[in-house]
Amino acid sequence: MCGVIGYFGDRVPTQEARHLLHRMAVSVQHRGPDDAGFYIGDGIGFAHRRLSIVGIADGHQPMANVEGSLVVCFNGEIFNYVELRDMLEARGHRFRTTSDTEVILHLYADRGDECVDHLNGDFVFALWDASRRRLLIARDRMGVRPLFYARRENTLFFASEVKALLGVPGLSAEMDPFALDQVFTFWAPVPPRTIFKDISELPAGHLLTADDGGMTVRPYWDIAFPDAAEREDGRAEADVADEVLALLDDATAIRMRADVPVGAYLSGGLDSSITCALAKPYAQSGLRTFSVTFGSQEHDESSYQREMVRALGTEHSSIFCGSDEIAEAFPSVVLHTEKPVVRTAPAPLYLLSRHVRDEAMKVVLTGEGADEVFAGYDIFKEARVRRFCARQPGSQRRWQLFRRLYPYLPGLQQQSPDALAAYFGAHDDDPADPLFSHRPRFRSTGAAKIFFSAALREELAGYDAADELLARIPADFARWHPLHQAQYLETKFLLPDYILSSQGDRMAMAHGVEGRFPFLDHRLVELAARIPPAMKLKGFVEKSILRKATEGLLPPAINTRVKQPYRAPDSASFFTGAEPDYVGRLLNRTAVEKTGLFNPLATEKLLSKCRRQANGFRDNTAFVGVLSTQLWHEAFTKRSAWQPGHHEPSRTIQYGDA
Amino acid sequence: MATLNEEIRAFIVESFLFGDTSRTPGDDDSLIENDVVDSTGILELVAFVEDNLGIPVADAEILPANFDSIAKLAAFVTSKRGGLQQDDAA
Repeated sequence: MCGVIGYFGDRVPTQEARHLLHRMAVSVQHRGPDDAGFYIGDGIGFAHRRLSIVGIADGHQPMANVEGSLVVCFNGEIFNYVELRDMLEARGHRFRTTSDTEVILHLYADRGDECVDHLNGDFVFALWDASRRRLLIARDRMGVRPLFYARRENTLFFASEVKALLGVPGLSAEMDPFALDQVFTFWAPVPPRTIFKDISELPAGHLLTADDGGMTVRPYWDIAFPDAAEREDGRAEADVADEVLALLDDATAIRMRADVPVGAYLSGGLDSSITCALAKPYAQSGLRTFSVTFGSQEHDESSYQREMVRALGTEHSSIFCGSDEIAEAFPSVVLHTEKPVVRTAPAPLYLLSRHVRDEAMKVVLTGEGADEVFAGYDIFKEARVRRFCARQPGSQRRWQLFRRLYPYLPGLQQQSPDALAAYFGAHDDDPADPLFSHRPRFRSTGAAKIFFSAALREELAGYDAADELLARIPADFARWHPLHQAQYLETKFLLPDYILSSQGDRMAMAHGVEGRFPFLDHRLVELAARIPPAMKLKGFVEKSILRKATEGLLPPAINTRVKQPYRAPDSASFFTGAEPDYVGRLLNRTAVEKTGLFNPLATEKLLSKCRRQANGFRDNTAFVGVLSTQLWHEAFTKRSAWQPGHHEPSRTIQYGDA
Repeated sequence: MATLNEEIRAFIVESFLFGDTSRTPGDDDSLIENDVVDSTGILELVAFVEDNLGIPVADAEILPANFDSIAKLAAFVTSKRGGLQQDDAA
């Protein structure tokens, strides 16, 4: 795993190009500490930082074919490279290395842009076709690996992380206020938008092509759910469960391929327990597992972790993550997320990858993706109950289901049906709205916008982030089952834009650790999309078919465990122990006034409320959102007041290169 | 002395609106429907009634009928105060 960097456009003198590429590459050194390489051609340049995992000795990049007509620079893994190589050799291709990188070169030579359809992996690659003077950049289907780009005059620059692009002279780090509104609605900007006004993100499952005539971005894959009216094929559940298990086993097996040992994260929940159980037989020298433990009972899952370790016999180690650890890590976390966040949940994962690196491991499997693919999140159940209630608005009994929905929220258990109806039914959402399932989350997150400054509100006047999401919904969405609609929103947006980036790639790669996700194998995603909704969310049992498929694999207590959302202590992290200096420094009235994004007086009141007491969802969201935005601003823009419609002369940001 | 309604309103503006007086609710505005309080917010209101107004609140009384607007809360507090005084007299 690695960092890819490059440009295409105006000719640059070699010395200057080398200097620029070097500077950009240094800023993503954490992604690939093992090796560096450069390619400079006519109006084209690639730089690569390598974390050596497959083909360690002969996988140096950028890599060219024998003729030198194709050059590739690649971040990630092609898990089916062994099969692809056999297929290509049978078609007459001769390989010089054992790496998966070379497979991309031959596959492109064989199939052109359609090569991506054959790849099973988590990848971003940039491929230069010198004879056509054409650049192809591809990003994996689910959005595991990142790719950002920016255009400056006649040149396209691209990189695995934004910080490399900020090394391009003249590229500004100005904030896009609409992206900030999206963070405070969806938890992350929706690509191609990023929090940086002049920088775009290549969306998951997309190709970017550029030649001397210009640039195009187009999708090559999307999740296809069947029409709700389509007759189900009537397959028995046991039959479907067998197919799920077989495919999941293969998805895990090919993700254990590496020339270095592969470990696994083990949270103690259903999903990571499954990946660990499936991975164990493929770990030739035993499986190493890693976890986070928390001090508060509300967040800690260590008893389940111990149970799984006993059951599987893995070599386990964990790190304790308390308030102090989160508070201390948080500024570094924001340097790596490169965007504001409304949760502290990335911080424990940042600390966990550091631990994995310290244990001299580079690759871990995780259970991420199962909740999207097999419908595990509460939001799916909640949407179902809300739909059920909306059919009989006068009913008092129906609202009582919300108590069963959130057994882990003690406050809710005491509420009367009347109160539940008031909270969950207050907004009278239209069940025909494509965003029906997600409206409550958008609203409860969006409540934190009361802290936006008057100037920011003025700039955002008339803007509704949800409209931008609505515009991205496929034409046949309206014909899908409501559960599938909700799964699509979760899988296409929150998953790549927040989970896989701010909690995934960016936290793991901060310490040169590669995460691999068996549940996000596209064959499994495609299979799960065709499984009837009632087999996924069966009554109130989430991921029902997955539980059935893995019954024999796990201890019953784990197999039947109700999902506990992964959460970390939020605003309390900053005030339980000694309050870190940066909190007061960034949230005092003068500092907030200076950045211009939030209301200084309201922020001051929020800060004193958080110092005083533990808070609910809204205040936590607001506090973490405001604090991370202030941290982001300080780290990346180093500018004075943000003003609506105000464009400063562009400037270069030096990052981590001082 | 501030009226009970004003006292409640001041607490709401301070604790839930963080001083944003442009969104100050009227006596009969629903606090829930206008996103002024969420389910945690209701519990903060309960704590306010207990700590600042000295009125104990039973679980069964945590209802929108008692807490969803300034007027409803004021009426609830007033009736509880009446009840307490009667208890004292008894």
